[in-house]
Amino acid sequence: MVNLIKNVKRFLIKIGNVIKNIFWNIRRILNNYKCRISNYLDKKHLNPAGKFPGWAKALLYLSPALVVLLIFTFWPIINSFALVVYENYNMSNNTITGYTLFGNFIRVLTDESFIVPASHTASSAVINTLIIVFISVPISIFLALAISVALNSIKPLKSFFQTIYFLPYVTNTIAIGLVFAYMFKTDGGLVNEFLNFFGIQTDGLSWVESNAVYWRSMFVLIFYSIWASLAFKIMVFLTSIQGIDKQYYQAAAIDATPKGRIFSKITVPLISPMIFYITVTSVIGAFKIYNAIVALFGVTGAPPGVSYNLQSIVMYIYQFIDGSNAGNLSVAAAGSLILFAIILVLTIVQMQVSKKRVHY
Amino acid sequence: MELRLENLTKIFTNKNGQETKAVDSLDITIESGTLVGLLGPSGCGKSTTLFMIAGLVKPTTGKIFFGDDDVTKLAPEKRGIGLVFQNYALYPHMTVFKNIIFPLENMDVPRDEAFERVKEMANLVGIGELLDRKPSQLSGGQQQRVAIARALVKKPRVLLLDEPLSNLDARLRLQMREEIKRIQRETGITTIFVTHDQEEAMSISDKMVVLDFGKEQQYDAPQDMYNSPDNLFVAKFLGNPPINSFEAEVKNKKLIINEKTFMEVNMSDGLYDVGMRPENFRVKKDGFETKVKEIFHIGRDTMIHFDFNGKNVRALVDSDSIKDSQKTVNLSIKKERVYLFDKQTGKVVNHG
Repeated sequence: MVNLIKNVKRFLIKIGNVIKNIFWNIRRILNNYKCRISNYLDKKHLNPAGKFPGWAKALLYLSPALVVLLIFTFWPIINSFALVVYENYNMSNNTITGYTLFGNFIRVLTDESFIVPASHTASSAVINTLIIVFISVPISIFLALAISVALNSIKPLKSFFQTIYFLPYVTNTIAIGLVFAYMFKTDGGLVNEFLNFFGIQTDGLSWVESNAVYWRSMFVLIFYSIWASLAFKIMVFLTSIQGIDKQYYQAAAIDATPKGRIFSKITVPLISPMIFYITVTSVIGAFKIYNAIVALFGVTGAPPGVSYNLQSIVMYIYQFIDGSNAGNLSVAAAGSLILFAIILVLTIVQMQVSKKRVHY
Repeated sequence: MELRLENLTKIFTNKNGQETKAVDSLDITIESGTLVGLLGPSGCGKSTTLFMIAGLVKPTTGKIFFGDDDVTKLAPEKRGIGLVFQNYALYPHMTVFKNIIFPLENMDVPRDEAFERVKEMANLVGIGELLDRKPSQLSGGQQQRVAIARALVKKPRVLLLDEPLSNLDARLRLQMREEIKRIQRETGITTIFVTHDQEEAMSISDKMVVLDFGKEQQYDAPQDMYNSPDNLFVAKFLGNPPINSFEAEVKNKKLIINEKTFMEVNMSDGLYDVGMRPENFRVKKDGFETKVKEIFHIGRDTMIHFDFNGKNVRALVDSDSIKDSQKTVNLSIKKERVYLFDKQTGKVVNHG
């Protein structure tokens, strides 16, 4: 029996070696041909490598990605600058009534439900977006930091917990939104049941359905966006924490440093570049919030029968593509440029603040 | 403060359940105020021993005493030790000043006194004017000094240095060696110094411990250890160029080399390992005659290669005492500088 296993093993190793030899020889033959071709070209002074500068080669290899980027990213950016000067542009019949420099911007800024709440609503796109950004981003960063430090310090079931916390990242946003909407249902929703269990009266307490109060639906939205964005942050923080030299912690342990000080004086400064990166990208991401609102409240951005709107800036822009004001792309372009300006200013502010706080 | 290791053992178990004895029942007493070098080849358990003293590694069995206190179970922060890491582990985001004051921030020290102590330490190690810099703006030697200052500022009971000079260039190493010695003298702190460099250990330590495979080989003052090694390992480990060792027979109380009587020894008959340090040979007319294989001139000394019992042997002699054309040479060596080791145990059986 033992002999048999030994023979089988030897046989498999032999087969493996034969296969490896074949690949080796294929590579040898190919290399040989490559050498011959390039020698031939050199002899005839035809070798293209010498004729073109290095950047031409780089451009050739980059061209597939560049073409896609040109069509779907750069062209729309340039086009939005062009669109913004058209007056009353109509997409369906491609007509304009004239040109204007600031008209579309003024229209967006004075439009009800962009900055100023409309008469029949209690909030506007900018207010909603700012609330989401300034509440969900700091909370999710602090939570992600705390969870990643905790994950880093547990030993048993480490990879299990890491998988659990990473799951939201690989789950569809809309699916999570639907599950959240189901959890916060008025009748028989998990949250209301949970509150009932602890003796809190929730008779008809509406979160995301008709007649929900503004802050209740906003709470669900923020809760949702924090939870959905946590996974990626935890992953980034955990990897950077694991990259910190263990000796810093040993040195701190010998100096009797309390846990809190180790966290604030060693861990946070040493991963500060990553915290900065996450802050910038998640502020930008939160400003662009769209599908979370759609998943929870539908394309109207409001629970039925309420006097407010949970529309974000991006939702406001999209309504000019397919919504109540479909077709007026000039206004949409103006809205996007305003959003771009807000994000740009905030990012510059963050970079200035980070100069003192981030240690590379 | 006296430091005592009792039967200290550390066994590492890998995934396959294989056990490695990194440190094997170490019994060492380190007197108060001395600088002791832990010396051995890489993988001999010297760093593990240091980390056990620091409390970063838990011993499998055995005890560690600081004075009369048993600190074996004590957490590292409660032991009152200063540790200098091999790569210094200076916090890169803090200035030198903040790095040094860091340990004091966790202690019950008034702010003024803390500032005073940092300045005092910085001046002691000679970095008084660099306090505002970041570690990345310092040279290796300066970083080393900061690390020592950070370890010393909290006035630890024991200072532990883990290969502190291995990241420095050769010249700086010599200088820092003297610096560490001076700082240790001035503070009078019990210090343990881990190194694989025998020359470094010999020049810096009051006493040193040689380890091999986790076992203590010898614990003695450097020069005593050099002149009277306990076993063949210690003899081979110390000295550069290394000791010549070859097999030789003792017959009728005579040491036979190259089928001639080399000298008389008071030993029973049998085969022995013989050790002779290259620098202990002298060229003398009445010495033992041997054929010269090769001659090398290295600065003020001359190295002669020849065969003793089929093994290549080197002798380091004065340049004037030998000519290049010489085919044979007469060498003598003092009787007490010939070491005979037991073939089985490697223990020294005779010297002098």
